[in-house]
This record gives sequence, C-alpha cells and structure tokens, in this order.
Amino acid sequence: MPIASIINICLGLLLAPLLLGIINKTKAFFAGRTGQPLFQAYLDIIKQLRKGVVYSQTTSLIFRAGPVIGLASVLIALAIVPLGGVAAPLAFSGDLLIFAYILGLMRFFTVLAALDTGSSFEGMGASREVLFSALAEPALLIGLAAIARETHAMSLSQMLPAVSFLSPEVVLVTVALLIVYLCENARIPFDDPNTHLELTMIHEVMVLDHSGPDFAFILYGSALKLWVLGLVIIGIVFPASSGSFWFISVISAIGGLFFLAVIVGIIESTMARLRLIRIPQLLVAAGSLSLFAFILVLR
Amino acid sequence: MSFLITSLAIIVAGGLLSLIFYKSHRFSTAFGAGAAVLGCIIGIVPAVQIIYYGNTETLKLAWDIPLGSFFLQLDPLAAFFLMPIFVLSALVAIYGKEYLRAYREKKLLGISWFFFNLLVASMAMVCLAANTILFLVSWEIMALSSFFLVAFEYEKEDVRKASWTYMIASYLGTACLLPMFLILGTGSNFLDFDNFLKNISPRTADICFILALIGFGTKAGIIPFHVWLPVAHPVAPSPVSALMSGVMIKTGIYGLVRTLTFLGMPPLWWGVLLLVIGIVSGVLGVLFALAQHDLKRLLAYHSIENIGIIAMGIGVGLIGWSTGMPVVAALGFAGGLLHVVNHALFKGLLFLGAGSVFHSVHTLEIDHLGGLIKKMPATGFTFLIGAVAISGLPPLNGFVSEFIIYIAAFSGAIKMDIYPAMFLVSAIAGLALIGGLAAACFTKAFGIVFLGEPRTQEAQKARESSRWMTAPMMGLAAACILIGFLGPLLLPFMSPVTGTILSNPHSAEIKKAADYLLYVTAGSVVFLVLVAVIAGLRSRLLSGRTVGKALTWDCGYAAPTARMQYTASSFAQPVIELFQFFLRTKKHLTIPDTYFPSAANFESHTPDIGREHLYKPVFTGINKFFLRMKIVQEGRMHIYVLYIVITLLVLLFWYMR
Repeated sequence: MPIASIINICLGLLLAPLLLGIINKTKAFFAGRTGQPLFQAYLDIIKQLRKGVVYSQTTSLIFRAGPVIGLASVLIALAIVPLGGVAAPLAFSGDLLIFAYILGLMRFFTVLAALDTGSSFEGMGASREVLFSALAEPALLIGLAAIARETHAMSLSQMLPAVSFLSPEVVLVTVALLIVYLCENARIPFDDPNTHLELTMIHEVMVLDHSGPDFAFILYGSALKLWVLGLVIIGIVFPASSGSFWFISVISAIGGLFFLAVIVGIIESTMARLRLIRIPQLLVAAGSLSLFAFILVLR
Repeated sequence: MSFLITSLAIIVAGGLLSLIFYKSHRFSTAFGAGAAVLGCIIGIVPAVQIIYYGNTETLKLAWDIPLGSFFLQLDPLAAFFLMPIFVLSALVAIYGKEYLRAYREKKLLGISWFFFNLLVASMAMVCLAANTILFLVSWEIMALSSFFLVAFEYEKEDVRKASWTYMIASYLGTACLLPMFLILGTGSNFLDFDNFLKNISPRTADICFILALIGFGTKAGIIPFHVWLPVAHPVAPSPVSALMSGVMIKTGIYGLVRTLTFLGMPPLWWGVLLLVIGIVSGVLGVLFALAQHDLKRLLAYHSIENIGIIAMGIGVGLIGWSTGMPVVAALGFAGGLLHVVNHALFKGLLFLGAGSVFHSVHTLEIDHLGGLIKKMPATGFTFLIGAVAISGLPPLNGFVSEFIIYIAAFSGAIKMDIYPAMFLVSAIAGLALIGGLAAACFTKAFGIVFLGEPRTQEAQKARESSRWMTAPMMGLAAACILIGFLGPLLLPFMSPVTGTILSNPHSAEIKKAADYLLYVTAGSVVFLVLVAVIAGLRSRLLSGRTVGKALTWDCGYAAPTARMQYTASSFAQPVIELFQFFLRTKKHLTIPDTYFPSAANFESHTPDIGREHLYKPVFTGINKFFLRMKIVQEGRMHIYVLYIVITLLVLLFWYMR
C-alpha cells in the first residue's frame, strides 16, 4: 500500500467536516448573514464526544450498534474511493459494489436504530429514507456501469482516472450522481438539514434520540459520507491521471470537493425542498439520465 | 453412492417407524426426527466429496418398470443441490421436534413425521434420479408429501384452500414436464437421461425450454406461476415452510438447470427471457412482500424475490453462454447457484425465526408485535443476521452471491454488443432496486417485530423458545456469516458445478472472481475490526460519565404509549403508494364524520396481482364455459342414445370418405 493512499485517507478523515462548514458558509453568504464559523462541525463533534449519553428505555443493543456500524461502514467506503488519481487502499475489480452496499449497511442500521426508539416521528423518517435510497441505488449503479463501459474497468480506482473529460455521457452521469448525492446526504431538495423538527423529514429525524459520543459518530459519519460520495463525482468531472505529480492532483481534487460543497450550498440557498411525493420522480429522472448515459456509451 | 442409499433408507425407515408408532407422539417424534437427522448427516458426506473431487458416481440397475433402468447419478450439480437439502432438513428436524410438541394433544404427529421424512428423501431423489420415470415419481412424491404437510391444520378452511391451490399448481406444472421428457426421449426406447437426444433441433430445444420454464418455474415460484407460494407457505407449520421455501422450491431451479444440460447451446433469447422473468419476479416479489401484514406471507413473497435473483443469475449465465463470453457464463451460473444455497440458509433461518415468534406470541400479524428482541434475544439476533443477509448486505452470504452476479453482469455490460449489454445493464438496475427494496422490507420486518415497545399484551408476555429451537437458528446464522467471510475459499468449488452445465469448468474465470472476493473478505475483516475499535472507543469515552435512561424523546411529548409507534403498514405506505399500479392495495376506511365521532376504522390488504388479474379471470372463464356445456348433459337416457348414434354416424362417414 503506497504512502500516498494512506495520506489520502488521512486527508479525508481530517477535512471531511470542513465540507459542512463550507456549505453553511455559502448559505450564510446568500442569506446575507455572517453564519456559523467554518469549523463549527469540528466543534460540534468535539463537544458531543465530551458528553455523557442518555438512552431511551425503549431501546435495545441495536440502538447502540447503529452509530458504531454506521461509522465503520463509511470508513470502509473511504478506503475504496481514489483521490487525485492515486489508487485507494482497497481497490479491486468490483469495488464499486462494496462501496454502494457498505453505504447500504450503514443505512440499514441507522434505520433500525431509529425504529428501536419506538417513536413514530423517527419511524416516519426511516420509512422515507428506505424508499428514497432504494430509488437512488439504481441511478448510482447504472451511472457507474456507464463509466465502467467507457473505461473498460470495474474498479473505481481504475475507472475514475480514465474518464474522458466532459463528454456528453459523462455530463449526464454527473448530473444523475449529483441528484443521488443530494438525496443520499439528505440535502435540499430532498431534505432540509437545518432544523431538528418539522422541516427535517428524513435524516435528522432518524437520529433524534442519539446523544453524546453516539451522536458525534453520526455527525462525523455523515460528513465522511459527504466526502466519499463527493469524491466519486469529482473523480468523474476532473479525471486526474496518476502519471502527473500526485500532490497537485490531490490538491485539485480537494479543491473540486470544496467547489462541490459550494454548489450544494448554492442549491440549498436557491431552491425549496420538494414536496415528498415529487421526490421519487426526481430520483427516477436521475435513473433515466444514467440509463441515457449508458446508451450513449454503447454507441 | 452407498452412503447416499443408506442415508435415504434411514430417512424413509424412520418415517415408516414413526407412522407405525403413531399412537405415541414421543416414539414417532424420536424415530422421525432422529432418522432425518442421522440420514442427513450420512448423506452430506458423499455430496461434499463429489463437490470436492469434482467427479461423478452412477448407479444403474435393471428394474421391471418399462422405459429405462433404475438410474441414479451423483454429479457435482446434483451434489451441490443435495448439500442445502440435507443441511436444512437436519436442522429443521431438530427444530420441528420442539415446535410440533405444542400440537401433541391435537394431532397425530407420527403422520406428519412420516410425510416430513418422505419429503426429505424425495427431494434428494429428485436430484439423484437420472431416469424420467424415477424423476417424475420422486417429483410427485415430493409434491404429495409436502401437500399433506401444508394441510397440517386441515380443520381450518383457509388451510384447506391453500393446500388445494398448491396441489393444482403442482399438477399444472407436471403437466408441462411430461411432454417435455417425452420430446427429449423421442427416437429411443429408454427414457434414461443419458439416452436423450444428442443433436436436438433448435425448434425442439425451444419448445423444451419453454415447457421446462413453466413446469419447473411453477415449483420454483417465478412470476407468473407463483400463485401457490404466498398462500401455501403462511399456513404450513413453520418448520415445513422453512423446508419448502428453503430447499423444496429450489428443486424447480435444479430441474431447469438440469434440462439446460440436455438442450445444448442456448440461443440468446433464452437468457433474455429468463433474465426478464427474474427481474419481474424479483421486483414484484419484494414489492408484494412490503405490502404484507403477516410475517410469514412477507417471507413467502421474499422467496419469489430470491428465486427472481437466482433466475437473473442463470439468465445472465445463459446470455454469456450464447454470446461466447466465458466470464459472464461461468459467473452468472455460479452466482445464481450460490444464491440457491445462500437463500436456503437465510430463508430457512427467517422462517424458523418467524415460527419461534409464533410459538411464543401465537400471532404473526406484524402490527401486533414489537419489542421482542428483549424477550427473545436469540431469536431476535439470529433473525437480524438473516435480515441483513437477505438484503444482500456485506459482510454476510447474501452479498457474496449477489456480488458474483453483479460481476458477471458488469463484465458483460462492459464488453458485449449493444443488444445483450442493454439487458445486462437492466440486470444491474434490477438487482440494485431489489436490494434497496429488500432492505426497506427487512428493516420493516425486523424493526417492527423485534424493536420498539410491544404493541399487544401477548407480545408483552413473549418468552424465548427452548434451545431445541434456537440452536438450529444459531447454526444457520453461523453458516450465513461463514459463507460471507469464506467466499473466496468456497467459490473455486463452484467450477465443477458450473462445468456440468457449460461442459467446461472455466476454472480460471471463477478463480478470478474468487480473488475479487478475497478483497471483499479483507474489507469485511477490517470492517469488524473498525466496529470493535469504535465500540471500544465509545465505552472508553463513556466510562465515568453519566449514562442516563429516559423516555424516548418524542418531540417533547412525555407520555407516549406503545400504540403511538409507527406500524409496519405506515412504514411501508410511501412505497406502496408509489407502486400502486402493480400492487392495487385495497383500502376500507370508516371516517369518523359526525360531531360526536364514535368508531373509526382503516383496513388495507393487498391481494396477489397474478391471482386476481390473471388466474381468476381464466378460471372463471373455464368454469363458465363448462357450465354452458352442461346443456349436453340432460340426464335423459334417450338423448344419450341419440349422442351415441350421432357419434357412430359421424365415425362411419369419416371412415367411408
């Protein structure tokens, strides 16, 4: 395992919460506010790590397992995505499947932990999460299949550096994956991450009962999820060949991620949350875009 | 082979003894279950041996029955199907000993054990038989013995109806198998499998394939031949449903794959057809599962879903075979067949778990359960392992087989021509959607049944089942975990099995996939280490701090009751609304509408689309037609004499012509 890929993982571990800060700063800029500090997510995580916890007496071991399994899953995903043309430590043919499915495992246990509280509010969020992610999954995998056909590879570490720069199919896949990105990370137009109550109908609802270190794991896990899924999109848009000086390509990829965070911030500032019954349509549209991309590659 | 004969003899003898001693439930259970366990253990040995060495054993004896000989053949394909049959049957027998004890006052258990052992032996015989007569006789014994097991509680009307549906479906399937075997055997006086047509014409092969698809597909439960499955599984006793869903329906897959070995090189459309049927069965199966309120009916629909995944794997394999891509062919078949074993393990586990819940709470209505994991931890945690495995999530066995099918589909989608590549990408999309919806369904099933607060008094009083019942479930759960981690070691043993079908082991391709799986296992091990580290970190952080217990923070509401929890119906509602076009859920709503509303009521149920919109119209049509035909049956003698005269005259003219 080359040193470069270990450094890449460390960069992800360190910088992931910054993405949340950038999104929030962008939103504050659009709203004409100063906004919370750029490093607020770090402060939140540290604060939660220092606290004790309160468990609901309804809950069982599953509730405590949820955040742990979630964080471990997303760490595995972090070891699969390449950064700046350097192969990831866990790169093999078919790694994109374990990437998609380990995030599925994270979701499975987050949903179970939500149901474990017996709260109908959390049940509601869980119910939406499973539906939307089930619809997002085909869009993600067909999009990746299109990229796989274009690059004749089945490993993210080989696929992403070989993508042709901004060809029509790549643009389509990028748009589809951006929609999946917003859905998987529970951002507007799918979910509003701002509040803890009525407006936030999916992800934040499910983690309402977690506290202390458990909640810190969840916060950190969602920041990392933002990072790893973002890396896939950035890898497609800015293909960085491993031949070039890796330091520069890593810096440019991270720059791209920060830019993606700005875009997410702009989307959140300029759009409203969709009505829940419209969300499946958007996800099906993402799936169709991926399929069109695949047909274009077939030519 | 001698081991297998001994094993089958023990199983059948045990069944007969339990029938003879039917008066004492203790003796009959001991003979029945004991012989089944012993016989299965003996039977596993040769099956494993054949897979390990990749050879074939045959036994050919002359017998008095015409059209061939008593011909048994144990090749890697047969041995591969025998393994789950023996493993699951042994565990189910142990479980059934305790489960059926509750019925010892009401039922003659000797009879049930007799049919149980007969079912186990006939399933094994179906896989071994290499002669048409022997095969069909075993096939019918299997159908009949399982019919009697489904009809265990025959005094209930819905049980009787379900058993008849099963029986009729079963015979309609066999009706397709008989002509298929006769076509295959034309030109020879013997119907032994090795006498079948060697150079079969493409047209004949097509007809045989379609007949096999309908005949064996009915047993396997692919849509649209699935109607018997969601009615028969829920009413059967849980050990029986576990055995039927886990391994009996797989004999349909075995039959289909075995038929493929007779038909030679497949045209592309076979694979495409099987793939499309697989996707339809998979997606509709999981959607209907989501809409169910009864835990066992939910699991039954999941059998349809998983048969769909298996069919998708075989379909992908066929596409690879016909387009000459060994990677796609070998891995498609390997993934599909491995899913046969995996599904036997986790579906057996889930049905036994459901049985354990029923044993304790006496209901399977999901919305009447809740919080059971605290009362029944062994059942709960093994059910959780089954739920994760059936959702195809790493690091368990469901992921391994789906991963191999995915790899096959991806390899084809990358390299093939436009037409097959489009179908393979639809396989990828289908698997992704099925996976997502299965996760939705099993978070619902596990979350509502085992988590939260008990929703009824009965669920409140639940108690863990005895060790006789939990131990087999733990065994199955352990197998799910083991296959999940040992995939790279086990996969190379698939090459003799797929070699039987493709007449070329393609070891290199399978070895390559095993190498990919090695990375998956590495990832899974790292995952477990990370889980341990993070959990350790948390307990380290929390040591010495306050760990409080409180009510669930229900947005400030301080007096939540169990009835306020989200139910399974409400959990599944968004999905059901979205797919209303297929599901056609019926709702009955009584709205409280006066100034002093008293009663309100909401009910929903989702009847099977195939039963309601395909078979019901057809069978009512047939019924109407025959009612009209009643005119000819007047009941008066002279009219019948007239018929005879007319017939004779017609025959006479026909002859003179």
